Amino acid sequence: MKDQQETPKGHPAVPAPPGSGTTTTQTAQVTGSQSLVRSLELVGAENIFGIPGGAILPAYDPLFDSQKVRHILVRHEQGAGHAAQGYAMATGKVGVCMATSGPGATNLVTPLADAHMDSVPVVAITGQVASPLIGTDGFQEADICGITMPITKHNFLVKNAEEIPHAIASAFHIASTGRPGPVLVDITKDALQASTTFSWPPTLDLPGYRPVSKPHGKQVREAAKLIAAATRPVFYVGGGVVKAGAAAELRELVELTGIPVVTTLMARGVFPDSHDLNFGMPGMHGAVAAVGALQRSDLLISLGARFDDRVTGNLDSFAPGAKVIHVDIDPAEISKNRVADVPIVGDCKDAIAELTGRLREEQLPSIDAWVSYVKDLRRRYPTGYDEPTDGSLSPQSVIRRIGELTGPDAYYTAGVGQHQMWAAHFLPFEKPGHWLNSGGLGTMGYCVPAAMGAKVGRPDSVVWGIDGDGCFQMTNQELVTCAVEGIPVKIAVINNQSLGMVRQWQTLFYEGRYSNTDLKTNRVPDFPKLAEAMGCVGLRAEAAEDVDAVIEKALAIDDQPVVVEFVVHKDAMVWPMVAAGTSNDEIKVAKDLAPEWDKEEL
Amino acid sequence: MHTLSVLVENKPGVLTRVAGLFARRGFNIESLAVGTTEHPTVSRITLVVNVEDDVLEQVTKQLNKLVEVLKIVQLESDAARRQLVLVKVRADQSTRSQVLDVVQLFQAKAVDITPETITIEAVGTPERLDMLVRILEPFGVRELVQSGVVAIGRGSRSISDRALRPVRQEA
Repeated sequence: MKDQQETPKGHPAVPAPPGSGTTTTQTAQVTGSQSLVRSLELVGAENIFGIPGGAILPAYDPLFDSQKVRHILVRHEQGAGHAAQGYAMATGKVGVCMATSGPGATNLVTPLADAHMDSVPVVAITGQVASPLIGTDGFQEADICGITMPITKHNFLVKNAEEIPHAIASAFHIASTGRPGPVLVDITKDALQASTTFSWPPTLDLPGYRPVSKPHGKQVREAAKLIAAATRPVFYVGGGVVKAGAAAELRELVELTGIPVVTTLMARGVFPDSHDLNFGMPGMHGAVAAVGALQRSDLLISLGARFDDRVTGNLDSFAPGAKVIHVDIDPAEISKNRVADVPIVGDCKDAIAELTGRLREEQLPSIDAWVSYVKDLRRRYPTGYDEPTDGSLSPQSVIRRIGELTGPDAYYTAGVGQHQMWAAHFLPFEKPGHWLNSGGLGTMGYCVPAAMGAKVGRPDSVVWGIDGDGCFQMTNQELVTCAVEGIPVKIAVINNQSLGMVRQWQTLFYEGRYSNTDLKTNRVPDFPKLAEAMGCVGLRAEAAEDVDAVIEKALAIDDQPVVVEFVVHKDAMVWPMVAAGTSNDEIKVAKDLAPEWDKEEL
Repeated sequence: MHTLSVLVENKPGVLTRVAGLFARRGFNIESLAVGTTEHPTVSRITLVVNVEDDVLEQVTKQLNKLVEVLKIVQLESDAARRQLVLVKVRADQSTRSQVLDVVQLFQAKAVDITPETITIEAVGTPERLDMLVRILEPFGVRELVQSGVVAIGRGSRSISDRALRPVRQEA
């Protein structure tokens, strides 16, 4: 989450507003709403994405006067939630969204589930009907605490105004510490309207919340022993290393040991792709070298990764000869899917640093034969694509050119599907926390609002959203927000006129019966016109020779959101691919084409 | 069968969180009992589950992640385990004395009596209560209600000592 170069580690675990001094206690007579807004100011919330409505209405009155908190009025609460995620991912701070009761709150369900799966620190504040109405099926009543129980790290129902500061401070603390995640605070309308005494800072009373961050020294020594004995080790690096802000520590460890690295979808950029020891992304659409390295390994050193089924494929045949060192801040991830030989519960930043220190004292064996085997796989099976022969645009080359012309300093978000996988392979991943996508939940529609949130958090950086025509039509209304609020994101719509990933599966597994995947998005909608209607600049490229010019044009505009439609070849497929539920050993580099693993025996 | 003692904050919704976690991950709860402890802000949930060891480990870890869960202890097999049963048995003049013999044999109590029935209260291990009910069945069980199992470890140690110590964090 943290960008090594740009931000210091961490959102303050407990509220420590800049310049306020944490020890001064503020006490005043206020309304619940004023208490809420003051708490948000003091906890350091600078941007809130939301929409008012009946139950949350009292909160919007003092918010109107706040000099410290900017409220960005979105067009749909789902957009508010994903924007909060984008903001959090790009800045390392807690993202905040706000909605009213009932439908406002239920519209936050998808982004909260997404943030829960991808461990994104988000606080959602929802209005609730007045406490005497709770349970009466009142107007716009929904039991949002009950609904979000399985998809939040924690939630609070606040019925008394005096509980507001504690709930807000606790929510930010829980969201940002340990394994980050979403926390919802549901506040009844009467609590917002009541008169109360505001006192800050509150004492956090969370006796059951004690996240472990310091790794156990004995386990680190055991891990070092296993590494010193391994001949085919791999670093299996996940999103936890990004969240821990441990990119520099990781690099030191890799360069000390010379062990090959694979970076999962959530970890792209935490270790530079340009580094000789980065073998790319593993998994269902992973690079052959990355998948092969895991399968052939005798020791997986898993750092902040969770053995997701999209990485392991069939679990029984995943990395069958490997022992496992599993570092994770969440004890429940360890040995959940794959039994760990050495479990290390702790923050990746500390654990990696300690492991490096330990390994400096060990005599490490030569793993040259192994490294050259993996390098040979990479040389023989690079992740590539064929240019279409009919003169139409290849989606992969469009995405590659966006990355090449924009560079690795930009922030990139993606939707879900083929374009996401191509983006994960062909964008320039050199920096941690610059790649935002929906990994665990796979939420189509994430891209545009997440890009908006990222741009709010990083106003001086270029933010590109790489979206598909299907995803774009789910949440593009937030471009209106971007246009009105001055949030100049750039969105590339990779238009293949279909739900491309589903269509790919229909091609491969349903005899090309394209049931309901043809979106017929050939000028309906007309994306550039739609963009113009929403107050953005609309551009289009249909031929290879137009691509660079249109990207350059988009890059030259920095005072307005830009949408670029790239009309691309419909039949392009994502390769490599491991079919769902099969072994990683069955990876195909193209249809019916499997790699030869043993061309060079170890 | 595993018996878990879960100490939780005595707050609304905590039981839902615990029970929901089991349901969500597809595990059945065999028995459940909740009550406050010697500390009024702490409740104790006794859960009996029938799962494999690795599943139990995962459930325990997931339970531990709940913010309002203070402590989880898997009780030893020798722990004192008790359940309560109330059972209304058909008993007329011809069978009443036989039913009362059973009551005495099991050190149970007759809590209500009518010309046609006796209502019996019994406390014991789940196994013993099963036996009682089996023996009463031939007389005709009209109604039966059972509590969840409550359990406590043997010896002088208390599982709540450390968990109840207030852990406060300065904001």
